[in-house]
Amino acid sequence: MKFGIVVFPGTNRDGDAYDCVTGPLGASAVRLWHKDHDLQGADVIILPGGFSYGDYLRAGAIARFSPIMQEVIAHASAGGPVIGICNGFQIACEAHLLPGALLRNASLQFRSMPVTLRVETADTRFTNQYHKGQLLRVPIAHGDGRFTIDADGLQRLEENGQVVFRYADANGHVTDEANPNGSMDNIAGIISERGNVLGLMPHPENAIDALLGSRDGLGLFESVLARVSA
Amino acid sequence: MSRFRVAVHIVPRKGLLDPQGKAVADALHALGFSAVADARVGRHVVLDVDAASSDGALASVRTMCDKLLANPVTEDYEIAGVDAA
Repeated sequence: MKFGIVVFPGTNRDGDAYDCVTGPLGASAVRLWHKDHDLQGADVIILPGGFSYGDYLRAGAIARFSPIMQEVIAHASAGGPVIGICNGFQIACEAHLLPGALLRNASLQFRSMPVTLRVETADTRFTNQYHKGQLLRVPIAHGDGRFTIDADGLQRLEENGQVVFRYADANGHVTDEANPNGSMDNIAGIISERGNVLGLMPHPENAIDALLGSRDGLGLFESVLARVSA
Repeated sequence: MSRFRVAVHIVPRKGLLDPQGKAVADALHALGFSAVADARVGRHVVLDVDAASSDGALASVRTMCDKLLANPVTEDYEIAGVDAA
């Protein structure tokens, strides 16, 4: 079981993702440079957080055309799992691996803080170690996290059960106050229609040890492992 | 083949929340410009393009907008001008 972690110029969370999957998860991992054309046999691709290409033009817009992304898109088209975290979520949307777009936070502020996520479905290859309605404590760190999509697209996401995580309060209620960026319907993470691509703004790879304040993010990676090994 | 300078306006789609535009409108209101009904903040891109004709330059810039310069989910673009560069 091997993770491939894509590194663009400006990526800065690749080390966190690497430590997460090789540490507590005990999997192997390889970093994939954006100019490479080879996924080096990786089973699962992680597009980590950061500011690829300085967020020039739009967050993720230029990274999407990197050589390695053509391989990632082919991997996803063949049903291979891809996890886009934060900037990786933005890149996955720009690459049309996921619908919608991430816009500037409604507050115009960069938000770096722990949030509560509600698991909306455990019936995915990324959340099978959680249960529906479970609350997770996971940090966010972004300035462009406002998930936006047209009305038809939003309806499709909801009807197909593609909304995986929502921002909620400590009691699990989805409220405006619990929404850190103005995302439509408090959406924090979605999967593709086929279920093999996950995008989320929060950082589960930073919630893997009690020392870091939470271990709630580990279940996401354990879910992937359970599914891929099965 | 000639060189053309093509300018493109890219703005957040009307109806979508544009917090930057709202902040600008609020600041203008605070300065007393109460006539401002709406503000949207986008990007202005100026491209020097080699093409056989101005129509050819425009066509290639539209393709660039569709593919990279504007996000079809959230933004609209319009060609602001084309001149000999």
